[in-house]
Amino acid sequence: MSHDHDSHDSPESNNRRRLLQGMAALPLIGLPAVSNFARAANIPTAQVNTTKLAVTDTEVVVGQLHSATGTMAISETGSIQAEQLAIDQINAMGGVLGRKIRVIKEDGASDWPTFAEKSKKLLINDRAACVFGCWTSASRKAVLPIFEKENGLLYYPTFYEGLEQSKNVIYTGQEATQQILWGLDWANTEKKAKSFFLIGSDYIWPRTSNKIARKHIENKLKGKVVGEEYYPLGHTNFNSLINKIKLAKPDCIYAVVVGGSNVSFYKQLKAAGITADKQFLLTISVTEDELLGIGGENSAGFYACMKYFQSLDNPNNKKFVEAFKAKYGPKSVIGDVTQAGYLGPWLWKAAVEKAKSFDVAKVAAASPGIEFKEAPEGYVKIHENHHLWSKARIGQMTMDGQFKVIAESPQLIVPDPFPKGYQ
Amino acid sequence: MDSLKALIKRYQLGSLLLLTLLLVVVLPLTLDIFRLNLVGKYLCYAFVAVGLVMVWGYGGVLSLGQGVFFGLGGYAMAMFLKLEASDPESTKIQSTPGIPDFMDWNQITSLPAFWVPFKSLPLALLAVVLVPMALAWLISFAMFKRRVGGVYFAIITQAVALICTVLIIGQQGYTGGVNGMTDLKTMLGWDTRTDSAKYILYFLSAGLLIASILLCMWIQKSKLGTLLLAMRDKEDRVRFSGYDVAMFKVFVFCLAAALSAIGGAMFTLQVGFMSPSFVGIVPSIEMVIFAAVGGRMSLVGAVYGALLVNFGKTYFSETAPDLWLFLMAALFIGVVLAFPNGLAGLYESHIKPWIARRLAARKAGATPRTPAAPTPPAPPASPMSGSAPPAAPAQA
Repeated sequence: MSHDHDSHDSPESNNRRRLLQGMAALPLIGLPAVSNFARAANIPTAQVNTTKLAVTDTEVVVGQLHSATGTMAISETGSIQAEQLAIDQINAMGGVLGRKIRVIKEDGASDWPTFAEKSKKLLINDRAACVFGCWTSASRKAVLPIFEKENGLLYYPTFYEGLEQSKNVIYTGQEATQQILWGLDWANTEKKAKSFFLIGSDYIWPRTSNKIARKHIENKLKGKVVGEEYYPLGHTNFNSLINKIKLAKPDCIYAVVVGGSNVSFYKQLKAAGITADKQFLLTISVTEDELLGIGGENSAGFYACMKYFQSLDNPNNKKFVEAFKAKYGPKSVIGDVTQAGYLGPWLWKAAVEKAKSFDVAKVAAASPGIEFKEAPEGYVKIHENHHLWSKARIGQMTMDGQFKVIAESPQLIVPDPFPKGYQ
Repeated sequence: MDSLKALIKRYQLGSLLLLTLLLVVVLPLTLDIFRLNLVGKYLCYAFVAVGLVMVWGYGGVLSLGQGVFFGLGGYAMAMFLKLEASDPESTKIQSTPGIPDFMDWNQITSLPAFWVPFKSLPLALLAVVLVPMALAWLISFAMFKRRVGGVYFAIITQAVALICTVLIIGQQGYTGGVNGMTDLKTMLGWDTRTDSAKYILYFLSAGLLIASILLCMWIQKSKLGTLLLAMRDKEDRVRFSGYDVAMFKVFVFCLAAALSAIGGAMFTLQVGFMSPSFVGIVPSIEMVIFAAVGGRMSLVGAVYGALLVNFGKTYFSETAPDLWLFLMAALFIGVVLAFPNGLAGLYESHIKPWIARRLAARKAGATPRTPAAPTPPAPPASPMSGSAPPAAPAQA
């Protein structure tokens, strides 16, 4: 099965050991960081940059390519902010290899061809050392051939459908199996769910996710899928769907509804009397950002499976949430993808410092095995397939538009973008 | 030499020569390959704008659905390229190797029948032109034979654009859905992503565009062109003179569709992917704006319009990522307010008389007569109106 991995390579045992070492070394942390920085600054530019990237003795240029305008802006703003926060923090610590990060921001305008044009500009004209960007699968698919052709490096923050692996992309969100399998197991054991109703927006991510969910439900959990329905992006009338749900009486509604449709979906569920005290609903597409629009009163009590929730109780996350609110206002919320966006610049910094070079090929080669212990989600590590080892968590929606974390996977889940038996 | 001059003057080729010079000599010499590739992309939109000059400026038929034809042409090209990119060797990790990746993701296990012809380049190239023309014929024949025109026709074309987007997105197993068709690399083994390929494709686009303009100029000069103009201004009179007005409209609409489709195919080749975001209502209206900004009566002006608007889009969004949409809007409003007949109108009303005056002043000693011929009258309707004939009985 896809989750097996050699025990000596097990990241969680490493994790525990390193955590202990880290705690012992805590008082010393300040010192090596400073000396590292001093040493790094001495490496001449000719050595750290042999591929004509925009790197000088004092500065390194990176690109940021998200939708600041258009329908996706509401989702991507969180990623833009989190990446900027991470870059500011890195610069305040002295930058990467002694060089301050300068960001060139481009607007993909929720338009896939524009993403392609702007990525060409960032890679060919600006010679960006790496790019943090994209959100939808469509935008990633549009820029992927360009990153591969021009040998750029993209940090992609969104949880997505998998079925992809590129030497030019680091995927800091979960691929589908990481988000789905453990969550379904939890629903099966804790909530005794046997019959599932799958709902999705009609494009590649929900369809692939539900395909994987169906295989897992039927083959592993020996449960039943009693309905599978798709609606176009932006769809707002779910009445007929709700009737079907009422007829099918599933133990679990498994919802992969995306974006603005969520608002109507949860409001109409409530209006039809399908509320959390009568019906178990698990979603993989609602984060704190979506809850802003849906409203706690329409969704409280339902569950979501993510790797990160803003309410996560650990010191890393406290620091992160505090810094984020200090920069973007006390009302800002942080969703799963926002946190994954925050990981990008840090993972890149660690890989560059390990490679002692900005060259994309070297950074990509150095990336597998890179750990980030200060991750708000706890601990992450880059797998050889350029995805992250991460945990899955179940959060219950609360009235104030947040999640109460009620379960988490005991171990880090190995990323498996091409899951065998789930195709 | 004199006869050449006369030929240029007779067919008003001066502006076209200037454009050719700009596209073929000046831009390739001054721009790096990245920018030139962008201009190549803009030129693909110019095909649509040229088509719109014919169908809207001359034919008086406003189409708000040219994106459909652009998209169909682009998709036909993309299907061929996608099949070439999906050889069994490079798709061996799929459940069904040898079919495009998005089909595999959507649990399709064999190549659908309508994809099969696109394995052959000649058939694909034919489809680039013929499929959009067939659709254009169907729409326009059904509409114009029933004398549906003006605003109503514009609304129908919008509906067609919407239907096409929904269809493409909904049938993602066959079309690639929202993602479109991506990762197109080679054409008959020729890597279209290299710098040399980009140069070749750029010159090919420029060449095809100039050829298209010449064809349209020839049509304008012919009796057909005169009839089109007459039909635009007084449709009933042309009909009463015994002409089948509907068929002329059908013809010019199909012509515009074919031109758009060629633009779409060149776009796919240069940009390396095709997606439904070129097909919908918004891109279709943007294409009308290219023609409006350039001047809807001027073929050459339309090219400048497409270049200017797209250059503005690129430039503003690079320099002011937070404000660029406002700047674009200001550009449209500014151009339409200040020069109702677009860039070409500006040239006709201000620059041309100025040049003529300067020439006259210089030649004043040699030839006493004034060479400034009266400029042709500006087209009557404002550029954004559907240009329904003023005397149309349908207007209540």
